[in-house]
Amino acid sequence: MTLASTIQQLCFLVLAAVVVVGALGVVLLPNIVYSAFLLGGVFLGVAGLYLLLNASFVAAAQILVYVGAVNVLILFAIMLVNKKETLAVIPGLLLRRLLSGGVCAGLFVLLLRVAFTTHWALPGPLPVGEEATIRIGEHLFSDYLLPFELASVLLLMAMIGAIVLARRDVYSSDVITGEPVDQGLIEKTRTPLLIDPSANAGGQPLLETTP
Amino acid sequence: MSADPRAATDAVTIVLGATIPLQAYLAVAALLFCTGVWGLINSRNAVRVLMSIELMLNAVNINLMAFSDYLDGQLIRGQVFAIFVITVAAAEAAVGLAILLSLYRNRETVDMERFNLLRW
Repeated sequence: MTLASTIQQLCFLVLAAVVVVGALGVVLLPNIVYSAFLLGGVFLGVAGLYLLLNASFVAAAQILVYVGAVNVLILFAIMLVNKKETLAVIPGLLLRRLLSGGVCAGLFVLLLRVAFTTHWALPGPLPVGEEATIRIGEHLFSDYLLPFELASVLLLMAMIGAIVLARRDVYSSDVITGEPVDQGLIEKTRTPLLIDPSANAGGQPLLETTP
Repeated sequence: MSADPRAATDAVTIVLGATIPLQAYLAVAALLFCTGVWGLINSRNAVRVLMSIELMLNAVNINLMAFSDYLDGQLIRGQVFAIFVITVAAAEAAVGLAILLSLYRNRETVDMERFNLLRW
């Protein structure tokens, strides 16, 4: 992007502040719905950083995929599993948080030291700027063709896997007796399998034996 | 190639772009990554764990894009790699949330402390 340097620095500072504060809000806020919306703000800020880095195509992909798909998916998941529950008190939770905070701060200092002590090969070659989309297309259909096709296969596998994992077991007919059943009844009477093993004891027997 | 009028624009871009150092992007990405790690360890809600993973993936992507622009400006391999990371992240989010829904149906909770079926 060709902006004046002061404007560019100002944009960078604003976007970095949005990203960092938003990320802290995602992690720290008690209400998870606020976290999800702040996560969308973080994704938008990261897309702005991509624009500052001469990558308009990836910025558009970031907005489409992350803000448009992943964030909406997370919001749907929150709506599906939203239940008021009081979390059990864990002993030593504060100590655990402080210890992991110390570890993460140490990791941050280590990464900063790596970033500031390494001699990067700057200045590199001239950025292609607005031609980046053309170059990405050339890469995807020449030397990155195999990963590109593998990515499409991966997306198909993930889609089928997500459908298989997330759908309810609804049958138009009972598996054992073969009688047609009301689907609404099956969805309502589905009992959680792992929460209470004795819940099925009073129910119908799973297999009817005919004399 | 040098007679291209866009080349002059690119020269302006790199002169002005040098005002933001590469290390600034790396610092933002490092802070984002560490925030994600902390949230991954400490979240009680399983959805928030998935959000923390997304934060970490975005931090890695910022690094890739910064290196692609500053060090590999002609063959922008970092941008291609970032696209693949975005693809894998989308697949991961879909499968992760499906696993979460399945867990919620079986255990009636999203508390990470109670998902201990595979703990030894």
